[in-house]
Amino acid sequence: MNILRIKAIAKKEFIQISRDPLSLAMAFLMPVILLFIYGYAITFDIDKIRTVVFDMDKSSLSREFVNQFHESGYFRVNSYVESYKAIDPYLDSGRARVAVVIPEDFSKNIRKGYNAQVEVLIDGSDSNTATIAQGYTLAIAEGFSQRMRGSRVTPLIESRSRVWYNNELKSRNFIIPGLIAIVMAVIIALLSSLTIAREWDRGTMEQLISTPIKTPELILGKLIPYFLIGFADTILTILMSTLLFNVPLRGSIMLLLGLSGIFLFGGLSFGILMSIAGKTQLAASQAALLTSFLPAFLLSGFIFSISNMPKPLQIVTYLIPARYFVTILKGIFLKGSTLKILWLEALLLTLFAVLVFIAANRKFRKRIE
Amino acid sequence: MFERIKNLVIKEFIYYFREKRTVFFLFATPLIQIIIFGYVATMDVNNVSTALYDLDRSSESRELVRRLESSGYFTIKRAPSSPGEIRELIDKGDVLCAIQINRGFGKDLQRGIPTEIQVIVDGTDSNTALIAMNYINTIIGRYSRDTVGAMVNADIWRLDLQNRVWYNPDLKSRNYMVPGVIAVIIMLTCLLLTSMSIVREREVGTMEQLMVTPIRPLELILGKTIPAAIIGYFDMALVTVFGVFWFEVPIHGAVLLLVLCTGAYLLSVLGFGLLISTVSRTQQQAMTATFFFFQPVILLSGFATPIETMPAVFQYITYLSPLRYFLVIVRGIFLKGVGINILWPQIAALLILGTAILTISALRFKKRLA
Repeated sequence: MNILRIKAIAKKEFIQISRDPLSLAMAFLMPVILLFIYGYAITFDIDKIRTVVFDMDKSSLSREFVNQFHESGYFRVNSYVESYKAIDPYLDSGRARVAVVIPEDFSKNIRKGYNAQVEVLIDGSDSNTATIAQGYTLAIAEGFSQRMRGSRVTPLIESRSRVWYNNELKSRNFIIPGLIAIVMAVIIALLSSLTIAREWDRGTMEQLISTPIKTPELILGKLIPYFLIGFADTILTILMSTLLFNVPLRGSIMLLLGLSGIFLFGGLSFGILMSIAGKTQLAASQAALLTSFLPAFLLSGFIFSISNMPKPLQIVTYLIPARYFVTILKGIFLKGSTLKILWLEALLLTLFAVLVFIAANRKFRKRIE
Repeated sequence: MFERIKNLVIKEFIYYFREKRTVFFLFATPLIQIIIFGYVATMDVNNVSTALYDLDRSSESRELVRRLESSGYFTIKRAPSSPGEIRELIDKGDVLCAIQINRGFGKDLQRGIPTEIQVIVDGTDSNTALIAMNYINTIIGRYSRDTVGAMVNADIWRLDLQNRVWYNPDLKSRNYMVPGVIAVIIMLTCLLLTSMSIVREREVGTMEQLMVTPIRPLELILGKTIPAAIIGYFDMALVTVFGVFWFEVPIHGAVLLLVLCTGAYLLSVLGFGLLISTVSRTQQQAMTATFFFFQPVILLSGFATPIETMPAVFQYITYLSPLRYFLVIVRGIFLKGVGINILWPQIAALLILGTAILTISALRFKKRLA
């Protein structure tokens, strides 16, 4: 290992990066834009569900019932129709997701003390929104029943729910910590995956081969600039999450930065490994996409919970470093976890980083074919 | 003219198929994406791992637990023996929720005295937490009502809610995700192919050779976009067949309409690809720009979360995204089985957007060549 040679390669790579201000700008703008979109636009909090009402009863009671939907804040009743048939186009075109049908005898039944019926049609195509909407309609019906019964019957069991870690159930708090892993995965996929393939594509690899540089020196030299960019991105993301989006950072920031560094190093080594294996830039880009961005997005528990996946895929997730990193991020941010709880994840991340770095060194042949 | 375009298209295909690795990525990437998405991208909440801390151990508490378990939404995984242990289990993520039934629960119920149950939910994953909490409350509410009913020996008055779910009666999120993934895969493949294949010529220097041939800019554009469109169509067919036969996602509408609408969608996608190629000099830039472009487009299209939950500003931005319209079309055709009479606004929007983008990019492209 010769520090001078590593420095020379790193310097060359830096110059190449700075000659390409467009890519550099994108490397810094991307996290900002992603954070803005995820922070402001992407929310799993469902409210103001567009609702159409077919009220055959047209009584003060039925109006009161519809009003419950409005008042809950979860539904926005935006149209009334006069027939069953008229509901179809609303659901078909998506102008409404929920239709409430109140039968003619609604108020009559209530006054006589019979059970009253209400029909709710839900557009199930977006199953998540539909499930949540269904839960809300049940709760509204329960609340309405309760009110109609008055004080004669009080509910026997009160369930006292407490939500930990994210007590307002804001999806922003759930999404943004994991987003740091996604941002890094993107940077890794974009920047490091092409770095070796580019030398082959352009034919400059032959010049590099003729120099006395050794493989680990070359790889480290290529890695350092991207590491610095990625780390700057990480700090930027953490700052924006906590200062702009008020995501609580309950754990130690040093631990967060340290583990981020390890993840970044492993990821970049992996990107370089892909770049060595891919040879052409097109192949390397596809490989990086497939092996770092997609798994980080889908198999890490970032949004889709791992326990919901089929068993074989759950096993696959153990091979994905982003899985451990997302656990670490969410733990440190929301739960204030310490190394005592996260030691296994931290250990596996380190192991991954070391193994991949060695693999990249092995795979690289300093030879003209 | 056709001869020249044909030759360019053939040349392009030779490049794609020369390297085994490229072929692999062109066709395996979409397949792997659909498999993972199909299996992973589910927000369905069931078998929530639950800790039960039952201090009462009465027949009433057992009945409640039985109801929780038989709902299919909860699986009792742990039986902690102290509140401290609950904390530990949730901290480590071993369970997502904990239910604590205090001593005296059964006795209170027998005597008709209001009582309570403690439920603790890990809110980290707000979506799952919310749905799980709704389920618990519904189950407890029903149990409470049934107990009272049994006591006064009569049905308690209630409002019967008959929920009927249309289009996707089992509420499978896979049926919602897979059609969306098809739209995303077409876009990603075509964007990368068009932008990188043009920039490659520039980067390697063969663009100058192309320019000294009698090929006109428009022919060059067509020669570059047609192969991408063909591969895009092929990938779409591959992924659709896979989605329908493997994941058993129903197609209720007309397949022909889907194929035609894909054409309208490709107009804008190829237009954007061309646009990206005009702003990038190297393949690295093209790829970065593609990513830069397609992530916001996916997020702001209604792919993962409904557009109406976004703030108004972002809702306006979504009108510029071709994916927004195409998602309504694929989901409409797959799940709702609707036809042109419902989908025409989306189709019209795609055609207008596509023509506009394609024209702008073609003009920019010509200017850059000149």
